[in-house]
Formats: sequence, structure tokens, C-alpha cells
Amino acid sequence: MKLDTSGLETFVPPSRGLNVLPSDFTASPAFDLPGCTDFDGFQKNAVQMVKPAKGTTTLAFIFKEGVIVAADSRASMGGYISSQTVKKIIEINPYMIGTMAGGAADCQFWHRNLGIKCRLHELANKRRISVTGASKLLANILYSYRGMGLSVGTMIAGWDETGPGLYYVDSEGGRLKGKRFSVGSGSPYAYAVLDSGYRFDLSIEEAAELARRAIYHATFRDGASGGVASVYYVGPDGWKKLSGDDVGELHYKYYPVVTSSVEQEMAEAPVA
Amino acid sequence: MECVFGLVGDGFAVIVADTSAVHSILVHKSNEDKIMILDSHKLLGVSGEAGDRAQFTEYIQKNVHLYQFRNGIALTTAAAANFTRGELATALRKNPYFVNILLAGYDKDIGPSLYYIDYIATLHKIDKGAFGYGSYFALSLMDRHYHSGMSLAEAIDLVDKIIAEIRSRLVVAPPNFLIKIVDKDGAKEFAWRESISQA
Repeated sequence: MKLDTSGLETFVPPSRGLNVLPSDFTASPAFDLPGCTDFDGFQKNAVQMVKPAKGTTTLAFIFKEGVIVAADSRASMGGYISSQTVKKIIEINPYMIGTMAGGAADCQFWHRNLGIKCRLHELANKRRISVTGASKLLANILYSYRGMGLSVGTMIAGWDETGPGLYYVDSEGGRLKGKRFSVGSGSPYAYAVLDSGYRFDLSIEEAAELARRAIYHATFRDGASGGVASVYYVGPDGWKKLSGDDVGELHYKYYPVVTSSVEQEMAEAPVA
Repeated sequence: MECVFGLVGDGFAVIVADTSAVHSILVHKSNEDKIMILDSHKLLGVSGEAGDRAQFTEYIQKNVHLYQFRNGIALTTAAAANFTRGELATALRKNPYFVNILLAGYDKDIGPSLYYIDYIATLHKIDKGAFGYGSYFALSLMDRHYHSGMSLAEAIDLVDKIIAEIRSRLVVAPPNFLIKIVDKDGAKEFAWRESISQA
């Protein structure tokens, strides 16, 4: 049996009459070495470079009447504000909403995917999925992609048979059940205002105002948050958008410009 | 920052864990239960990465239940500990779980026992053990005051000493702790030690 050894032969150019070879012709194929000094870490650095830093402020809390969910609307790429009108509160189905922090594409895609799975659950089981179940579905999906560079920091808020439900789910696979969460680069600022003003027995208007105020204060101090403060309410009949106020306008509403009288006037020096 | 410690007493084993769920500088929750009840007479106290902690321990819990369904008899504490360690070891060189575990259980003929399982699948049967920054204080206090056959009151007294020491000496000390015990009557929650109440 004749073996095919054509792969082992070195490539010899057919000799033409003139001994003129093109300048980029080499005797044998060769790879270019990658222009990289850090062979061990460059892959991790590449993932880190693409990984967005969750520049946003979102918050949600449970109170007597249900759940309030609020978010800003700024998208930033490093120091560049790419948009002031991003929808960071995603409607999964008429009684469940999710917030977006981290990679916009990741959050939008996986929330949409979660909505599909919730609807399939409804069709298969003839009843709505619980908030616990929906958040667990999302957490398991995100956990299976851990280490692959997904960036998702989301809160799932909804109303099911057991009442109001709120879960925090992130791309590291963490899932927390709680009554009060804030996610994003502006979250410490929002937590402070939210924690100090929170009472369980707030009315819907008071709770919405607390949420709006917390988002405003976070956008004031955090450069990666801004735009419009949206506030949603989730009650027994589903979610409802309560307000969407530009934070610049909110600033002058909370701190109106006070015209003050002139204390000292600079006057012309008397001519000698 | 996460503290888990435990010890074996006279006819019981106790596991104590902090209850903070933390993300860089933010405390998301101060009443997170990190001591899973594996089955009627086993406790699993866990510290480690958030996703791995919940997912890995639930996986162990479901497999322990499955064994009981299939065979009509519960796993012994030693068997459960070896199973857990085996799962960590198998995953170690492929897709490691970053969790440290203290497994406490009560078997009818053996009595109480405590197992130390760390994230690189080390397994030791021990009388007292601890994980996390709190272990720096817990281990020496336990070495000093522990003796075999401690009564429940003595053990809880030692636990409170350790919690007080962690609170006063650890720079980012968790405010709240949860104590669970397992004895011949089963695994149950014993007490919370809170210094910040969760709204």
C-alpha cells in the first residue's frame, strides 16, 4: 500500500526560467508569533477588558402594599456616556419585572429567555410560575455559564400566590431572597438613602418618592448613573410604571435655586 | 469575613456560621442561612463563593435524599462526608467549587461527629474546627477551653465567647450569627445571635 507522504515534503517552488521570487515567499510555511508578553494572563485580561463594570443604579424593596422597583437610565463606556435613555427595568411578564445591571446585552437576552421559560411553565402546568421558581431558573442558567464572562446583576421582583417576592440574582451564581436590594456602581449611595427612609408601612406614593429620591442621590454622586429615574410598582394586579423623571429636573425640584441678596459689591476704586 | 466553626459535645454537635451575604464592600443581607439541614440528623455549614455555596450544597442535599429514597435507609455521617469530598475531588481539576464545609451529624450507634472538608477536597474527622478569618480566633479559643464531652450549656458558652471575640477583634466582623445543633432528636436551629436586626 502506498502511503501518502505529501504532507511531509517540504514545499519546493517550481523553478521558472527567471530566478525571481516574490518578496513574501518563504521556503516553508511559518506562523507569526503573537505580539504578547504575558502568555499566562492575556486571556484573563481580554475577558476583563470586555467585562462592563456595572455602571448603574437599580433598587427594589418590599413594603406593605407590594414591591417598588426603580432604576436610572444611563449607559456608559468608560468615560463616554453612550446613552441617557436606556430601559433598565425589563418586563418579564405582566406580574414580574427584572432590573438590569452589568452587560446590557446579557441582561436583555437572559431576561427575555426567562420570560419564555416562565410562559412555557404556565402552559405546561396551567398555573403561573412563582417568583422563587423564576429566580431559580435564571440563577441556574447563569451558574452554568460561570467563569465565561457573563455580567449580570439583576433583581427579580413580582407578585405571586404567596404575596410580593424579591430576589437578587447575579452572574457569579449567587441568589439571595430579601426585602431590600440595590445593585450597581451607585448602589452604596442608594442603600444609604433607602435604609434611612424605609418603613414597612409606607403608602405607595411615599414608597415611590423614597425610591425616586434614592436613585436621584445615587445619580448625583455616581458618574456612571444618570438620565431618568424610573419607578415601577408591583402589586396584586401586576406591575405598573409610576413615574419617569429626569434627574436634572429632580435636582432643582429638591434643591431649588435661592436668589440671595448681594452682600458685597465690587465698586470702582475712587480715582485719586 | 465569613466565619464558620463547630465542635462536638456530649451527645450533640454544634455548627455556628455568620449570616452576612457580602459583595465587595456592600452587605446585601444580614440574615442569610449558611447552615443547610442535609437530612434529619445532618448539618452542613458552608463558607465560600456565593454561587458555589448554594448550588453545591443543594446538589449534595438532593443526592443524600436520593440515596435514602432508593435504598430505604439514610446515609451515615461518614458516608455523606466521603461522598461530598469525592464530588469536590472529581471537580477539582476541571471545574472546582470554591466552598469550605463543616459537616456535623448524629448516628445512632456512633454518636455525634464532625467532618472538616475544605475546597481542595481535604477530609478530616475532627472534634472542633473553623473556617474563615474568624478561625484565627475560634481555633485558639477552642483549643484552650474545649474538652471532650462538654454539656450543651458549656458548649454554647464557648460559642458565645468565640462570637464575642470575633465581634471585638475582627476588622470586618459580621454582626449576626446563627447556631444550629444536631443530636439524637435531629438537626435543628438553636439560636440567633444578632447585633443588627434585619428590617
